[in-house]
Amino acid sequence: MVTLGERGAGRAPGAPRPATRRPANGRGGPTSVQLKFVMATSGAIMLLYLVVHMIGNLKIFLGRESLDAYAEWLRVVGEPALPEQTVLWAVRVVLLAAVLGHLVSAVVLTLRARRARPVKYSHRPPVTGGSYAARTMRWGGVIIALFIVYHVLDLTTGTLNPNGVSGAVYDNVVADFAPARWYVTLFYVLSVVAVGFHVKHGLWSGLQTFGRSSAATQARLKGVSTVVAVVLVAGFGSVPFAVLTGVVA
Amino acid sequence: MELNLRIWRQAGAADKGRLVAYRVDDASEDMSFLELLDVLNEKLILDGDEPVAFDHDCREGICGSCAMVINGEPHGPQKATTSCQLHLRHFRDGETITIEPFRAAAFPVIKDLVVDRGAFDRIIASGGYISAPTGAAPDAHATPVPKARSDRAFTAAACIGCGACVAACPNGSASLFLGAKITHLGELPQGQPERADRVVRMVATHDAEGFGGCTNVGACSSACPKEIPLDVISQLNRDYLAATSGRGPA
Repeated sequence: MVTLGERGAGRAPGAPRPATRRPANGRGGPTSVQLKFVMATSGAIMLLYLVVHMIGNLKIFLGRESLDAYAEWLRVVGEPALPEQTVLWAVRVVLLAAVLGHLVSAVVLTLRARRARPVKYSHRPPVTGGSYAARTMRWGGVIIALFIVYHVLDLTTGTLNPNGVSGAVYDNVVADFAPARWYVTLFYVLSVVAVGFHVKHGLWSGLQTFGRSSAATQARLKGVSTVVAVVLVAGFGSVPFAVLTGVVA
Repeated sequence: MELNLRIWRQAGAADKGRLVAYRVDDASEDMSFLELLDVLNEKLILDGDEPVAFDHDCREGICGSCAMVINGEPHGPQKATTSCQLHLRHFRDGETITIEPFRAAAFPVIKDLVVDRGAFDRIIASGGYISAPTGAAPDAHATPVPKARSDRAFTAAACIGCGACVAACPNGSASLFLGAKITHLGELPQGQPERADRVVRMVATHDAEGFGGCTNVGACSSACPKEIPLDVISQLNRDYLAATSGRGPA
């Protein structure tokens, strides 16, 4: 007789893994749950970076010297143990890997979702139970990706910045958000809001993906995600607001 | 009451299908939604037309057969209610109601509103069970189960496998169904021996059947006639992580 315990672990050591149904549609590769782990891990890395980035940005309120000195410090941090810009580039490489992992997983999951519903509903109210943030993750992500490209060309390389002087971060930012360039400011603020919505659903979703959510903690985790999102939007948004109102000039 | 119906008609898998308008003049607000379709079908049969094919069995909300999307919502607008338990009093007189089959690649339409939900059976067959000796019933209370765990297992076990979660999900994912089975068996002592294998195999089958991935939107839980909570998906992820990282279930 087979008892519960004997059958339990399933296979005898060394026995081959039972064959699972192979994808009929030629889909191999990682499972959707594994892709979600990639989404959550890469998202967590980017979110941590965002928090540090926001705190760094707020140094603008301490004045030109404080911000520019901080920017310079980012290049030399780790010296003399490490050569100049080592930490900076290490962070950039990790971030790039996170962005690519996030993007590729998102594309694969989106394509799978499309294939999973080839025929659409003809009558469909907005997805019930889904927040605005949850429904706009994909297109919001596209907006954020486009913004990041612009943002790097603007304030990292200085290519698209009206001032564009390397190391003169304070002046670059002030020139960037000049009232005449209201469309840049508007795009920046809209992108920051998009980041806020993305983080609001993304942080909660990531915690859920890592199995940290339970019936008891779900509401609290959603609350924490919303607070983090609001803090990020306020923190990043305060800079263009300060430049526009002349607090920073 | 009078109702205007737009019902998806599809002769078979090869047919393209279309919405067809019908009118029922003699509906009563005390009728269930399936009785409305019965009345319509009687009329269609008398007129020599093909009746609307739809799945139904127990008509008391526990079998999970009556799969249809009513005005864009699986099982219609009433919360925690299957189509068979949905009554016409929740609709306005003269209202136009659109009725479509569950839409998912993994649930191909057989005819009209009837879809093939065999994919769920294959997911269950790949791990949604425990191996136990048959024979005499074991002594009651021979295996103690903590109250909190038994409650959670029972909540998850309320899943009737109707597929409304898939129909509601913007990604066509069956994660709520998966999570319900994983949680139901994973909370109980009898489910432990096969716990790690179960989640890996059920997820593999889920993906192979062509269901999409979860984005934690929560539409599934809102649509679920048995109100399976969303945290079962978190449990599913946790078990999967534990099973694939070699740590064993937590």
